[in-house]
Amino acid sequence: MTMMNARVQSASRGWAQRAAAAAMATLATGSAFAVNDLKGGPGVNQLNLHEPVTRIAADQMWLHNFMLIVCLVIFVAVFGVMFYSIFKHRKSKGAVSANFHESVAVEIAWTVVPLLIVIGMALPATKVVVAMKDTTNADVTIKATGYQWKWGYDYLKGEGEGIGFLATLDTDQRESSNSGHPEKVDNYLLKVDNPLVVPVDKKVRIITTANDVIHAWMVPAFGVKQDAIPGFVRDTWFKAEKIGDYYGQCAELCGKEHAYMPIHVKVVSADDYTKWVDGKKKEMAAKADDPNKVWEQAALIARGEKVYAANCAVCHKADGSGAGPIKPLDKSPVVLAENHMEQMQVLLNGRMDKGMPAWKQLSDTEIAAVITYTKNSWSNKTGQTVQPAEVLAARK
Amino acid sequence: MSAVLPPHGVHGGHDGHAHDHHDDHHDHHAPSGWRRWVFATNHKDIGTLYLLFSFAMLMVGGVLALCIRAELFQPGLQFFNPELFNQFTTMHGLIMVFGAIMPAFVGFANWMIPLQIGASDMAFARMNNFSFWLLIPAALMLVGSFFMPGGAPAAGWTLYAPLTLQMGPSMDAGIFAMHIMGASSIMGSINIIVTILNMRAPGMTLMKMPMFAWTWLITAYLLIAVMPVLAGAITMTLTDRHFGTAFFNPAGGGDPVMYQHIFWFFGHPEVYIMILPAFGIISQIVPAFARKRLFGYASMVYATASIAILSFIVWAHHMFATGMPVTGQLFFMYATMLIAVPTGVKIFNWLATMWRGSMTFETPMLFAVGFIFVFTMGGFTGLILAMAPIDIQLQDTYYVVAHFHYVLVAGSLYALFAGVYYWGPKWTGVMYSETRGKIHFWGSLIAFNVTFFPMHFLGLAGMPRRYADYPMQFADFNAIASVGAFWFGLMQVYFFLFIVVPMMRGKGPKAPQKPWEAAEGLEWEIPSPAPFHTFEEPPKLNAAATKIVG
Repeated sequence: MTMMNARVQSASRGWAQRAAAAAMATLATGSAFAVNDLKGGPGVNQLNLHEPVTRIAADQMWLHNFMLIVCLVIFVAVFGVMFYSIFKHRKSKGAVSANFHESVAVEIAWTVVPLLIVIGMALPATKVVVAMKDTTNADVTIKATGYQWKWGYDYLKGEGEGIGFLATLDTDQRESSNSGHPEKVDNYLLKVDNPLVVPVDKKVRIITTANDVIHAWMVPAFGVKQDAIPGFVRDTWFKAEKIGDYYGQCAELCGKEHAYMPIHVKVVSADDYTKWVDGKKKEMAAKADDPNKVWEQAALIARGEKVYAANCAVCHKADGSGAGPIKPLDKSPVVLAENHMEQMQVLLNGRMDKGMPAWKQLSDTEIAAVITYTKNSWSNKTGQTVQPAEVLAARK
Repeated sequence: MSAVLPPHGVHGGHDGHAHDHHDDHHDHHAPSGWRRWVFATNHKDIGTLYLLFSFAMLMVGGVLALCIRAELFQPGLQFFNPELFNQFTTMHGLIMVFGAIMPAFVGFANWMIPLQIGASDMAFARMNNFSFWLLIPAALMLVGSFFMPGGAPAAGWTLYAPLTLQMGPSMDAGIFAMHIMGASSIMGSINIIVTILNMRAPGMTLMKMPMFAWTWLITAYLLIAVMPVLAGAITMTLTDRHFGTAFFNPAGGGDPVMYQHIFWFFGHPEVYIMILPAFGIISQIVPAFARKRLFGYASMVYATASIAILSFIVWAHHMFATGMPVTGQLFFMYATMLIAVPTGVKIFNWLATMWRGSMTFETPMLFAVGFIFVFTMGGFTGLILAMAPIDIQLQDTYYVVAHFHYVLVAGSLYALFAGVYYWGPKWTGVMYSETRGKIHFWGSLIAFNVTFFPMHFLGLAGMPRRYADYPMQFADFNAIASVGAFWFGLMQVYFFLFIVVPMMRGKGPKAPQKPWEAAEGLEWEIPSPAPFHTFEEPPKLNAAATKIVG
């Protein structure tokens, strides 16, 4: 309740600010306060589909415009008749009702004509469906895994094979959302730490799956939306024809942070892509943690703090106090326990019944670090250290 | 006021109309006070209960909708955390579908079907009572789930697995509530089917039946066919949650997409369950105010039946984004587009009924014309969404939200309003205020479009639905939609306070037996308000089965 009160207050502040900003925007058009179109993402008060950068998206745009025109013509014709009738055939204008109430010819006509129109609509759509579903002969294959609440990308085939990383919403933006009066930036809720990088003019096949619940991977500019279903793989594809940044969001309700797992795809030239792949591979080699390395406690805690902030703090809060159904970690018996097994199991397998997702996608070192961090933070002063090797053993 | 409020314990026998002696004859076994309602077996009383219940649920669901719109008024989280927001969207959907729209149509069926077909009551009067009273615990459990640990279900009204497996105990309460509501719907449907097939007055052949009775007959079959399917889907969810099964739980080898297939096999006929009786109401009102017989009665019946049959083979158009094989997408795309044909026939028939009529525009007709106009817009967006390639862009965005509110609010709800204005005088015995009716109509129509039209743009621009917060570029249309939503909500409060309450209290000019010059049907052959008991002796009908003779 106190939180709601606080929100109400901040809301009234927000409205005042908003009104002021609107007033200023009207005074000086193009003022610095105004939000601008996000290239590759939504435009301000955008009225139609995104500007297409793939053939499929262009076809979808064409189909949509075509449908819109056909529907508008029918709409105007049908309601032209209706409103003519409404104005002419009124009792107040002395209209006397006619007596007809059926006509087989007319009724057949207005069954057959719409049928023909519908067939006319279905034909071009069929071609696009067939093209859309053709995921063969991809140059690069990437697996996109939906997690609560982030995307994981694994380059499975083609240039860049072996690269893998997670993409999470910028934590400042997430905080900014909670504040009730977020900073007016063009990429609000669309900025991720590690964008997906793909080469231009190459057929990219996206294989989707999920770790916990169903998510959906969507990039409007590519005309792509594919559910990511746990336990199953599905695929879709795109071939971006323009270099640039493109944005999308998760499109299937996946729990409380549904609105906070955006998709950012960077389309780069073939050369830049090769450079990025080299850089990324070196970076990964350097970062790869040996699960058998024995760590100092302080180093593990420092590492764990970062892991905690990036993954856990959203729900369990930075001070480990939890919220509502989300368990506090501060003073938690599971965290304080001498035996590390239960906490490791919770992290590795989740507690689906309590809304805790599994975190097995984190490395052994990261899990060991974050457990060590929770065991030695806030009022938890166990002095215990969990080494990566223990986590590695617990995975089996 | 006879069947609405019991001012003197008995059912309005003091009005001094022709049937007084008739009523009095039954006083000794007509219960009064609370017993009249709790033990109600009279179709009119039960109809009234259904209508009041559904209006109460409309208000609850409406408040939830306004909470959603308040949060979305501007970017950022101002009022609710995202978890609570998800509970609001979920409960808004469940309450509106199962608590408001469906029971409201059952209320209309209870009131009007016996009157329209010349039957004395529904076939199974006690089961009828049970069907209604089951709704109360179900609704309490559903709404009460907000106060359970972890809050109300937050998996969306579609309750997709495996998100449902993460929900707290309220999910079980929600599932149980839906089981009960399903049982209630099935009993209601059996009652309607048996009543229509067995209790029509002599001479009321099926093809002379009023369209409202026809559409409900078809709807009742749909309900019986699909409510058990929903029960199956949510029961499997329940056993997945508690008894270690893995129908939909991928962790145990289950298939979450199978849940969607089963759900939408129920869910698509369900949307026609919510619109076919609306077609029936509109088909009664348009001829009455055009002073001209319904055009193409037979084709109207066939179109309704075709829509019902087609509704069983289009379900997977809700699932284009799950990744179906090409043939699957094509089949469901074609089948869905086909529905436009019989729906078009209905629209054309209404237009042809209006054409060269002699129209007046009292409130029922305004709502009927408003229905045709705005529902057709929802129909067009439906056709656009049926195209699988476009649907890939629009699935799970605000475009879909706009689409189904155009067909469910401007469709079902407007038809319900039209029906209340049209038959309200028969129920209560008083006329509503025409000026107030017009204020309600125009206010609702404009507010509705202010709320939902901008959502098309948001959807085209890619704003996903069920989002508690959104990118800055979507701010203006969201603000407009929120303003419209509050306006729309206020119009419904106005409707209740200034139209429904006065009518129920009997304030207003006395309604004649047939307030509408050219209305046809047996309901206009009995006094207003309709006496407690009607057609105890089967009436003798004229050849068209629209009038009582002799």
